[in-house]
Amino acid sequence: MTDLTSFSAAELAGLVARGESSAVEVTQAHLDRISAVDDRVHAFLHVDTEGALAAARDVDSRRAAGEPLGPLAGVPVAVKDVLTTKGVPTTAGSKILADWRPPYDSTIVRRLRAADTVMLGKTNMDEFAMGSSTEYSAFGPTHNPWDLSRIPGGSGGGSSAALAAYETPLSIGSDTGGSIRQPGAVTGTVGVKPTYGGTSRYGLIAFSSSLDTPGPCARTVLDAALLHEAIGGHDPLDSTSIPAPVPDVVAAARLGASGDLTGVRLGVVREFAGEGAEPGVLAAFRAAVETLTKLGAEVVEVSCPHFRYALPAYYLIAPSECSSNLARFDGVRFGLRVGDDGVRSLEEVMSATREAGFGPEVKRRVMLGTYALSSGYYDAYYGQAQKVRTLISRDFATAFDQVDALISPTTPFVAFPVGARTADPYQMYLADLFTIPSNLYGGPGISVPCGLADGLPVGLQVMAPTMADDRMYRVAAALESAVGPFTPPAL
Amino acid sequence: MAAISREEVAHLARLSRLAVTEEELATLAGQLDVILQAVAQVGEVTAADIPPTSHSVPLTNVLRDDVVASCLTPQEALSGAPDAAEQRFRVPRILDEDVAS
Repeated sequence: MTDLTSFSAAELAGLVARGESSAVEVTQAHLDRISAVDDRVHAFLHVDTEGALAAARDVDSRRAAGEPLGPLAGVPVAVKDVLTTKGVPTTAGSKILADWRPPYDSTIVRRLRAADTVMLGKTNMDEFAMGSSTEYSAFGPTHNPWDLSRIPGGSGGGSSAALAAYETPLSIGSDTGGSIRQPGAVTGTVGVKPTYGGTSRYGLIAFSSSLDTPGPCARTVLDAALLHEAIGGHDPLDSTSIPAPVPDVVAAARLGASGDLTGVRLGVVREFAGEGAEPGVLAAFRAAVETLTKLGAEVVEVSCPHFRYALPAYYLIAPSECSSNLARFDGVRFGLRVGDDGVRSLEEVMSATREAGFGPEVKRRVMLGTYALSSGYYDAYYGQAQKVRTLISRDFATAFDQVDALISPTTPFVAFPVGARTADPYQMYLADLFTIPSNLYGGPGISVPCGLADGLPVGLQVMAPTMADDRMYRVAAALESAVGPFTPPAL
Repeated sequence: MAAISREEVAHLARLSRLAVTEEELATLAGQLDVILQAVAQVGEVTAADIPPTSHSVPLTNVLRDDVVASCLTPQEALSGAPDAAEQRFRVPRILDEDVAS
């Protein structure tokens, strides 16, 4: 019998729907895989064995009773530990929430349950989604299944590594500056940042509220689209949720899989196609551009002159918002409290709690944001960054007058060795050089595997206009049909 | 020239309610200096007449009908609290802080 963990989500949904496999069998196969490999990969912070099997049994009994089930019924999914799960530990990778069990489900998780998927557990991440390697997780790093001595990207390295290690066919991430796409690229999997407002932030532990976007991760473009469709769409509980239907991403992925891109105009971002990326990444990207041309796309070069300021603008805007959002971790309403000895004041307890509960990157960003927002520096830093954000959005608008979608490498470098960039925080920030512009603009982006460099995966990023997520699915599926799949060595 | 002094970093830590150690302070001062010098590049852009963007979705005043709906029970709301008493979050003393500091 073929191992059930080798199937795509679409295939597994078909097996369960036709009764060729039960949801319990599918779930147990993935739980067994987690038991076999996760001591080496460490993609999961919490495995909800009982909850998963109960959900799977429920799917099987309802199917036996002839009840209608969702299109992903019985398919396992892993959820980044930044989304609240009722009664199931939710840490955001931080010691300050180490023992927290939320009293409510995030909208994304509620929709996953409504779609009859089976939640396997919660995945590892950089603390509060701040980082590009999962090395800033308070619970130890995740390892890249392609080479266990290397990082799986971040902040959602757990969600992407779990896919590459065949521990789950689907997972959920969140992307504030590239935290879905960059891990996707370096693990040879697919990662999607939907249009901002296209997926609900309700129950997503806030890092930078104007940028945070939950989204789907999968091993195939079609699977990502199926998951996107299940979790996306308007949510009255999120006031920044866009009141419009999810673009037809599943149809776009199926159309793209035919491998025909005739009539599609793609723009290579000139500023991201030369300097700043490793030679192996650029070589794989150029080969992918040739492939896209062969598939019928018209590829032109487009200039986005302000993209070079996206990284500095982001590292003012995101820390500013984080310094405000993380004020809620005060040792009063949830999580850790340190130093409450009956003598220390509230403020002293608060400072001791935050000092003990936050790791180094979170402290850096909280302080950086506090600085950028302080009077005297506000105009030069935060205010100026917000103006640059406007100019970056205008660059996108100008580009999308000329082309249907933009392409670039997803990240400048392949998976680097654990420990290689932690000494110099700014070197870590460069991992998000190519993904940040879409977050500032709000439009969608996808990373799809496009080749290997020195045996390690390289991702191609497709960026589309706001609420035109379907366009990037079509392009990514076409490329996938021509070059994929990329399978890591056996663990 | 350094963009930020050690004294400023200590002040930021206090504003951020982080009881950082002396050793951390030294490390953070150096790292924040590197980061601030890099992000200061935004100042190269001529943007005096450009409106700021705070948010990419052009939605304002999102309202809903005022209807009664289910919500967390007091027990659920307090379930993650480090300390609770009489259906309230229990906090360390807050009076006399000015005297103490």
